[in-house]
Amino acid sequence: MEKTKINITDEVAIHISDMNKWFGNFHVLRDINLEVRRGERIVVCGPSGSGKSTLIRCINRLEEHQKGSIIVDGTELTTDLKNIDKIRSEVGMVFQHFNLFPHLTTLENCTLAPIWVRETPEKEATEIAMEMLEKVKIPEQAHKYPGQLSGGQQQRVAIARSLCMKPRIMLFDEVTSALDPEMIKEVLDTMIQLAEEGMTMICVTHEMGFARQVADRVIFMDDGQIVEQNEPEEFFKNPQSDRTKLFLSQILGH
Amino acid sequence: MTKIAFVRKKEIPPSAPPITEVGLIGWLRQNLFSSWLNSILTVLSVYFIVIILWDFIPWAYGGHWNTKSLRECLDLDPDVACFSVLTARWKQLLFGLYPAEEYWRPTLTFIFLLLAIVPILFPKFFRFFWFSIIYPGLAVWLLWGGSFWSISIVYIGLTLGALFFLTLIRRYLKNYMIAAILAFLFTAVFFLFISNPLVGLLNAILPFSLPFVESLKMGGFTLSLIVGVTGIVASFPIGILLALGRQSNLPVIKMICVGFIEFIRGVPLITLLFVASVLLNYFLPPGTNFDIVLRVVIMVTLFSAAYMAEVIRGGLAGLPLGQHEASASLGLTYWQSQQLIIMPQALKISIPGIVNTFIGLFKDTTLVSIISLRDPVGLASTIRADQKWNGIYWELYVAIGLMFFIFCWGMSQYSQYLERKLKTDK
Repeated sequence: MEKTKINITDEVAIHISDMNKWFGNFHVLRDINLEVRRGERIVVCGPSGSGKSTLIRCINRLEEHQKGSIIVDGTELTTDLKNIDKIRSEVGMVFQHFNLFPHLTTLENCTLAPIWVRETPEKEATEIAMEMLEKVKIPEQAHKYPGQLSGGQQQRVAIARSLCMKPRIMLFDEVTSALDPEMIKEVLDTMIQLAEEGMTMICVTHEMGFARQVADRVIFMDDGQIVEQNEPEEFFKNPQSDRTKLFLSQILGH
Repeated sequence: MTKIAFVRKKEIPPSAPPITEVGLIGWLRQNLFSSWLNSILTVLSVYFIVIILWDFIPWAYGGHWNTKSLRECLDLDPDVACFSVLTARWKQLLFGLYPAEEYWRPTLTFIFLLLAIVPILFPKFFRFFWFSIIYPGLAVWLLWGGSFWSISIVYIGLTLGALFFLTLIRRYLKNYMIAAILAFLFTAVFFLFISNPLVGLLNAILPFSLPFVESLKMGGFTLSLIVGVTGIVASFPIGILLALGRQSNLPVIKMICVGFIEFIRGVPLITLLFVASVLLNYFLPPGTNFDIVLRVVIMVTLFSAAYMAEVIRGGLAGLPLGQHEASASLGLTYWQSQQLIIMPQALKISIPGIVNTFIGLFKDTTLVSIISLRDPVGLASTIRADQKWNGIYWELYVAIGLMFFIFCWGMSQYSQYLERKLKTDK
């Protein structure tokens, strides 16, 4: 399949420079420099504990960085709560364990944030939500509770919930890792569809097929550092660093 | 070596289960006679239930209702109950020393209580929430009496304060904090300088009042309900705030909440009640009249709020961290996420514990008899001190127990209904 690259613009969506983070004494992210342009689709991979999840969680301030700067959509992340809430409402995030709100129906999960954060009228929010649920192909589950859905369906609802905020950037944190094999595809298909529509995406994932198919850039992290980044073709065919080679041989070796 | 290859050629259709597994026989087998030990226990239990009822039913059913004293009962038939004490004293058990010609007031307050609770318990079916809001004032006025205006003025003042706040926010100010402080000052000025003359004026124009009944006259189940219901209603929000405070990232708030909870939980309720009834007077400026029922209500509320906080904290701890992260990632503020995501789930998890605390609080109201308030248990001693009923035990305490049981059982039933209603995973 041919990748559409026309979407990438010169506009900078995320700018991270010399960013460092510690968990206690543990130096989890070291001198991260990363510039993401609007429309760009990035896959971050690396062994567990390499800091890749922490990196994207820093982008919407679920984790606080201690040094360096992160600028999202022109707003710098500081301790200012207003900036944080603004960035969070512009940046959608999907989690490994879905994190749907179990006490609300699928539809309510989707309309909650638009109504309370964006102050969208309920009727309009419902229309947007139904549109997004159709996009992830589960409009018929709108009135069920998350506990009544399969894992794959829940994850698609989670994607729809994020999309309802009309985010300009989407973060995906190992969204297929908790799913049964037969459900991975339906979630990946949704993500591919999003990618083709030109959404700026950063995906932490081990799905190398997905990386090949949609990513504009693959970033390999280890020990809290960006070890290597390249276009997917080159990255998989011709890895430079020994650590990348080792990692690729481990996950592609069977 | 056997062949391991197998391909199914014929489908097996589903069939009905054996007769011993379904229906009445199935139920009996599974629940009462599933093993030898269970069968023996079943038979023994039935035996004990029968011998208890064998004595109790004739005792209760044949009981006397219309004698003048315990002596008379015993002369008629010493082996049956003497419920005459209830016939003679039921009004006291319900209303304490409340003036007899004013009994309609606590009665009406109780009926209104039911009306005020219904929209809160069943919000889908009953929509008159406005009544639940005006009820507290109405109840205070009905029970204690006095001028209607001196109670309404509280509502007027608070409403004006709220309107002031909303106008500020809508028209002039963006900052909630400053608007809240201004509105608070506005309300304070109203209550300090304007409310009293206004009440005087209203009283002069349209006198509307009930005879005043002092707190020491309150008693019986009226008192239990006053203390219990107020305690339940007030301790719930305080408990939520304490639980949140205990989890707060702000060290000062956290310390205050932890200190409060640990202190209150570490002290017996009776001690607190003694503090309320006796010691508080030493600390207050001489001449202040701080109503005894109010003091007791405050102590009971604080006591159960501390327990409530821990129960709710349990619910909060039961929530996966992902819920906080998901609501934060959507841009919800701390309070929005508490209100919409965290609390609904945490409270749902803690329903059994919350209701447990409510029931405990309601039954603990009987402890006020220790500081010589006349709740039903306190009244029971008073009644038994009467020469005519000296020596009566069972009938009185069975009746009081039954009244408490009805309320507590009601709460328990409602909580089970709520749990079923809020179940969303099936």
